[in-house]
Amino acid sequence: MAGRVFGQSIPRNEDPYLLTGQAKFIDDIELPGMLHAAFYRSDYAHARIKKIDVSEARKLPGVIAVYTAEDFGEFVRPGPLQVPPPTAIKGSIFHARPLMPIAKDKVRYSGEPLAVIIAENRYIAEDAMDYIVAELEPLPAVTDLEKALEPGAPLVHEDLESNLAALVKQERGNYEEAAAKADVVIKKKIYVDRGAGAAMENRGLVVNWDDRAREMTIWATTQAPIPLRNSIATRLGLFEEQVRVITPFIGGGFGPKIMTSQPDDVLLPIIAMWLKRPIKWIEDRRENFLATTSERDQIHYAEIALTRDGIILGVKDVFYHNTGAYDPYGMTVPLNTQTHTVSCYEVPNFYTEIRMVFTNEYVVTPVRGAGRPEGVFVMERLLDYAAQELGMDPAEIRRRNLLRKERFPYPTGIIGQDFVEGVLDSGDYPETLRRVMEVIEYEKFRKEIQPQLRAQGKHKGIGIVCFTEGTAVGPYEGARVTVGANGKVTVATGISTQGQGHFTVFAQIAAEQLGVDVKDVNVITGDTGHFHWGAGTFASRGMGVAGTAVYNAAVKVRQKALQFGARFLGVSEDEVELCDGKVCVKGDPSRSMPLGEIALKANPTRGTIEPGVEPGLEATAYFGPPYGATGAGAVAMIVDVDPETMAVNIEKFAIVHDCGTVVNPLLLEGQVMGGVHMGIGNAFYEKIKYDENGQLLTASLMDYLIPQATDMPKEMIVEHLETPSPLNPLGMKGVGEAGAIPTPACFMQALEDALYEYRLQIDETPLNPSRLWELVQQAPKK
Amino acid sequence: MTTHTIKVKVNGVEYVREVEPRRLLSDFLRHDLGLTGTHVGCEHGLCGACTILFDGEPVRSCLMFAVQANGHEVTTVEALGTPEKMHPLQEAFHEKHALQCGYCTPGFLMTLKPFLETHPNPTDEEIREAIDGNLCRCTGYEHIIEAVKLAAEKMATRS
Repeated sequence: MAGRVFGQSIPRNEDPYLLTGQAKFIDDIELPGMLHAAFYRSDYAHARIKKIDVSEARKLPGVIAVYTAEDFGEFVRPGPLQVPPPTAIKGSIFHARPLMPIAKDKVRYSGEPLAVIIAENRYIAEDAMDYIVAELEPLPAVTDLEKALEPGAPLVHEDLESNLAALVKQERGNYEEAAAKADVVIKKKIYVDRGAGAAMENRGLVVNWDDRAREMTIWATTQAPIPLRNSIATRLGLFEEQVRVITPFIGGGFGPKIMTSQPDDVLLPIIAMWLKRPIKWIEDRRENFLATTSERDQIHYAEIALTRDGIILGVKDVFYHNTGAYDPYGMTVPLNTQTHTVSCYEVPNFYTEIRMVFTNEYVVTPVRGAGRPEGVFVMERLLDYAAQELGMDPAEIRRRNLLRKERFPYPTGIIGQDFVEGVLDSGDYPETLRRVMEVIEYEKFRKEIQPQLRAQGKHKGIGIVCFTEGTAVGPYEGARVTVGANGKVTVATGISTQGQGHFTVFAQIAAEQLGVDVKDVNVITGDTGHFHWGAGTFASRGMGVAGTAVYNAAVKVRQKALQFGARFLGVSEDEVELCDGKVCVKGDPSRSMPLGEIALKANPTRGTIEPGVEPGLEATAYFGPPYGATGAGAVAMIVDVDPETMAVNIEKFAIVHDCGTVVNPLLLEGQVMGGVHMGIGNAFYEKIKYDENGQLLTASLMDYLIPQATDMPKEMIVEHLETPSPLNPLGMKGVGEAGAIPTPACFMQALEDALYEYRLQIDETPLNPSRLWELVQQAPKK
Repeated sequence: MTTHTIKVKVNGVEYVREVEPRRLLSDFLRHDLGLTGTHVGCEHGLCGACTILFDGEPVRSCLMFAVQANGHEVTTVEALGTPEKMHPLQEAFHEKHALQCGYCTPGFLMTLKPFLETHPNPTDEEIREAIDGNLCRCTGYEHIIEAVKLAAEKMATRS
């Protein structure tokens, strides 16, 4: 449904500023009299606080103030809980333990703030840390997900009976009955370890309290400006209207920036109000690893029951999910795992159980993929083990079990992160598999190329997997579209932007409706002063939800332009049309009126506005889907493994993806490739590692490896299938997380295929060359 | 803390400033001179976002002190082009969608400018090696590689 600009590969409006160093990021903000904050953090993961002496630090020249928990008085209380408990799921247990803004009495993770220092500059603030003396009594740390639930384990939250944070069981059909009838049942323990969002820009906050105007302005690197504003206003006892949150350009989000209840979010606005001076805090990379949320970290006990022909009868998955020391973001991540484990396959019987566990590690909240990669990893690995057991081709076992396209809409019986039953709205899963096999020349590789390579002693393997991506979930987003007297258009929406290209794709949607140039549409995102309703940028919902609100508002403005234009031109509405930024009389282009002039006249200074007509060439609209639209795809990759060093060279990576209607193919390709990059990291490079004392061993980019250009596939093929979603008028589904979801599973299958002399069954991610070498040493030879 | 007087030429302009010996060159450029196009991603020399040209060579400004720049010449992204008149490399990044959040981009540009001067017709492999010290979390690098090839073409036809 490509139009004049909608559906076209239009380069971005925002680029020239970003490319020339002119775009304003948070650390570029300078305010007169601004002070700088630094957090003094606990080295221990679990400890009782005996005493924190900040008296010497306070004496340091240039230090303005040093605060500990006791200075914050009643402000030191947990919360807010950002996502409510999953009460929609019957029988679920959830113990809400939202974040504490500063450690009081007890430390629960290494990196938890013990004091906040405010100084004339950041150098001095960090100097002051050397003068703080914290007396902490270390306690045994909880780091093993299974041992954490054993009787007698140390407790992260001593008011609870155990470290169980939540228990959720969901089932469709009856797995045990299905397994009893199966020809083959395969059981495996599967690990998916933790990785970071690791946006290139760390988090930051600048707070300015104008005491005379009684107004607070906050610049934040948040994915959720409106919830952040609301929670700050609530804690400070202010009206929402007294607090304005502005997101400048943000250097990547990837999930963790959705948090609005981290210690800095809570404490710095309070301090700015007390000191009546602007305060800036810019997180450093070490803090980003220690005290910005991260994700994955699950242990699965998974089973699959099949017939001899490889037809799935049932899947069972009981998994431990690490939520870290607190659970401020509810159960979003493990619920996504539940909804994405079997989703693209016909699995009549499915039992899934979450055992969410508190540990003395930092909090787990969504990172690109958000529970989906874990579910897909488990299911795709199970299928590979089954294919090995049954002597089937991995592509064939998938082909036999994929949901057919006539099954849509397909109610899954499993309630997801949006607290409604997941329904797969549309798609053509077998076609994505067929096409990815075609573009990577799967049969040719298997039958012709690989045998020759093996005869030459080469270790080249192919992997192929399928996945879905639940996207565009509610509750809702809104947008306001305004035509100015200059004839140009402003779009304002409540979500914020971290590089997705909203300034261009939302402009394309509005420009298509209003017949203006994309460059003449100014898109404002993430400023509560401009639009103050909405939830935020998460779950690949920017296009599907906020984009649809932009469309709805633009359609209203278009109607209004035609209505007003016809009246001002003295003709009836059906006699006019939009042409080139004007309302024209059909068949008589000499009679027209520019949109700017109509906008001006639509806001009269004399006369009257008729009843029922709202002034201005402007409209606001909202959109909330009943449930999320589900994207899907299939990926395949060819890897070349050096069996001596276990270095892996990814020769080719192909993805055929379906996110419904494509708004901008160029930007879409960028989104997909970026996701694949994180997926490759999650498969072979990136690992957040805590030791048994809860110490983070990977708190720098020296220890935490983000894939570099030489690590990436030497050839990337990105193709699209467009199955429009029936859930929104433009048929859009999200795509932001797609590439990250299937890649680790595909990587492991390709490795097993490359190292074909061994009976290798990889049951963990991420690996690295030395871990792969260990697994190969342990594997029996075929 | 004692300070030192330094004289640095940045983007062709000579600056004389008093700085603490511990002041990072990146902080000096960003917060003392207001040249905020140079971004800081890790402060330990691994992400490459803060790459600038130091006497024409790409270096990480977070791994140098401002005092070390005394008597030297520094070029930052601000000297490369303007939103109205971009450098061919910037144009190519725009056309190939080689940036998303844009945070790492100035570092890539400052790494690539001297690279393209010595490699007017680079291969994919040479480009990958050239940008291996710059991390990008958004793009997966593929579009960056395409942009570098396009930039090389643009620069060849214009010179």
